[in-house]
Amino acid sequence: MYSVLETSMSAIDVGKRQRQTSAGESPVGKPERPLAEGPLVVIEPSKSWVALNLRDIWVYRELLFFLTWRDVKVRYKQTLLGATWAIIQPLFAMLIFTLFFGRLAGIKSDGVPYALFAYAGLLPWTFFSNAVTNSGNSLVGSANLITKVYFPRIVIPAAAVVAGLVDFFFAFLTLIALMFYYRVPPSISLLALPVLVLLTAVLALAVGMWMSALNVNYRDVRYALPFLIQLWMFATPIIYPSSLVPAKWRWLMSLNPLSGIVEGYRASLFNLPLDWRALGVSALLTLLAVSYSLFTFKRMERKFADII
Amino acid sequence: MRSIVVQNLGKQYRIGEHQLPYGTLRESVVRTLSAVPKLVRRRGKAPGRSIWALKEVTFEVKPGEVVGIIGRNGAGKSTLLKVLSRITEPTEGRIELHGRVASLLEVGTGFHAELTGRENIFLNGSIMGMKREEIERKFDEIVAFAEVSKFLDTAVKHYSSGMYVRLAFAVAAHLEPEILIVDEVLAVGDASFQRKCLDKMQEVSQHGRTVLFVSHNMPAITRLCARTILLDEGKVISDGPSHQVVNAYLKSGLGTTALRKWPDLTKAPGNDIARLLAVRVRSEENETKDAIDIRRAVGIEMEFEVLKPGNILVPNYNFVNEEGVCVFIASDPDPEWRKRPRPVGRYLSTVWIPGNFLAEGSLIVGAALSTMDPVVIHFFERDAVAFQVIDSMDGDSARGDYAGPFPGIVRPLLEWNTQRIMNDADEALMAAPMVQNS
Repeated sequence: MYSVLETSMSAIDVGKRQRQTSAGESPVGKPERPLAEGPLVVIEPSKSWVALNLRDIWVYRELLFFLTWRDVKVRYKQTLLGATWAIIQPLFAMLIFTLFFGRLAGIKSDGVPYALFAYAGLLPWTFFSNAVTNSGNSLVGSANLITKVYFPRIVIPAAAVVAGLVDFFFAFLTLIALMFYYRVPPSISLLALPVLVLLTAVLALAVGMWMSALNVNYRDVRYALPFLIQLWMFATPIIYPSSLVPAKWRWLMSLNPLSGIVEGYRASLFNLPLDWRALGVSALLTLLAVSYSLFTFKRMERKFADII
Repeated sequence: MRSIVVQNLGKQYRIGEHQLPYGTLRESVVRTLSAVPKLVRRRGKAPGRSIWALKEVTFEVKPGEVVGIIGRNGAGKSTLLKVLSRITEPTEGRIELHGRVASLLEVGTGFHAELTGRENIFLNGSIMGMKREEIERKFDEIVAFAEVSKFLDTAVKHYSSGMYVRLAFAVAAHLEPEILIVDEVLAVGDASFQRKCLDKMQEVSQHGRTVLFVSHNMPAITRLCARTILLDEGKVISDGPSHQVVNAYLKSGLGTTALRKWPDLTKAPGNDIARLLAVRVRSEENETKDAIDIRRAVGIEMEFEVLKPGNILVPNYNFVNEEGVCVFIASDPDPEWRKRPRPVGRYLSTVWIPGNFLAEGSLIVGAALSTMDPVVIHFFERDAVAFQVIDSMDGDSARGDYAGPFPGIVRPLLEWNTQRIMNDADEALMAAPMVQNS
């Protein structure tokens, strides 16, 4: 793996530069050559142990911003309805689910109006599924960047996830309107929401990043992904409450990290009792998923430019 | 003090990985399952067939040096730049880069057609590694250099190709790296813009920055670079003062190949419909030649194999001169095969360029096989062969008896007709009555 030893980033680098300076290569007297102050980059074949260069992502945070900005901008420019899509998508899904599951099937919704109940589940779900789909296809879509410029590749799937947050924001405004309409007052438990949003984003990044790396090698991913997402939706308490699942199968449900998170949204929005254990398991699984995904991504990253 | 240190650099490509474009999931699932017992020793896979795109490459570059890198196609130039730019990882060896590196392997990387010029400056700048504040500071300069101020808020998809390239290069030119890596980007744009780019690169190097410059454009190499490295088959063949290395290169015949063969069908350019087997430059006497008299016709021959029937296949060539300008494209107009799919088999397709048509100098020929509607390119070997056109100055070519520089991308011997339509005596006769009448 490449080891970037950025000036302010690493103690090793400081040591190296000091050695350099002491070796008589001081920039003093050569003010027009600030080279010794610049970063020293060493490129070597990577060892089997993969260093997680998380600092690299920090160094390239502006690129993350610009790629996100590009994704959002291009999407809103190319579509007639622009940001309205962010609202239409979950809203129409809500209407349909309310009709079929709320009215016709009469699914219980933990005492909240079904429409609101469904929307509160669809809000994180829409964000999650779009983020995973977009970031899963992001690397393959950026082949021209990957073969021409160096930057930490992780920025590409990450930008796709962050861009989804913008849509999430618009969809959230609709939720506020709905809560007004149904006269559901906000409570102090709303404070948990940012944490839940973060968890959703991290989980989406974990899955999206892993998929995007697999997609470089196996283009099957593009076809498998929508299918997987669809299955995942039914495995998550979006259109039904998890209380609908028989108690002896709950543990199986909690293996899906998204289920604890989605129930968390509802608890936080509607001031329902929060299942701390389920949320804890979700958080733990999310953490495991993102660590695994990061390592896999880093390991596969080296070959992207050669394969893509 | 050194700016770039390259030691024993090697880059190996596994051929098997390229043969099947992408693996299938099933294959990988099987492999993963069977690999479980030896998870730890994943990297020690069976070697398979592999090629070294770079091998034992060692050199050092001092700060402020401008080094040209030349070599024929497939010599490893692009791989070297990619490894230096950290796009792909070396297999062995070590590189040290002292300073911020910017690589320009392509003009306009990451440009988005839907975004405006202004937006693309920021996007492209940040992709190239500029900080936002830096882009803001240089914004006006970039716009002025690109000469696009009137179209700043127009989406770049409405730009002419010239404007697009100017804007893209302008962003790149305002990077302030200590090490600049440039690949053949000057092969685009019109002549005056190319000049501007060369001037800008010269300016960059005068500010004490290190430049690595890959090009096929020998005049540009000798003009810009004091030192040149010649690569062949992934190795450094020579390294020294540019004019010496460039001369040696041109004389050695490494620069021109009149015959290229792909004996192994599986490695030949192409797809499952057709593959390229050989390309050759020939004279009327059926000799393979890399130097052709300007007065004589030259034939370009390609041999290809059609593997699957049912496709309308049109062989075509493009001819690019040493400045990177496409001189013309030749496409087989045969009316019979325009509508008729070609059956499986081997084909030999030859185009004849008449004598007294091409300009002096070297021409690089790209060989392609395409289906026109809808457009599918079955293979396109960009630098398949090359040859020199030589004007021996016997007075019967288009240049006549003039021995000086004779510009132009073609040099046709055209039909001229210059007649004397009036002489002094006629003029006197005609003028005389008019004078009398008045």
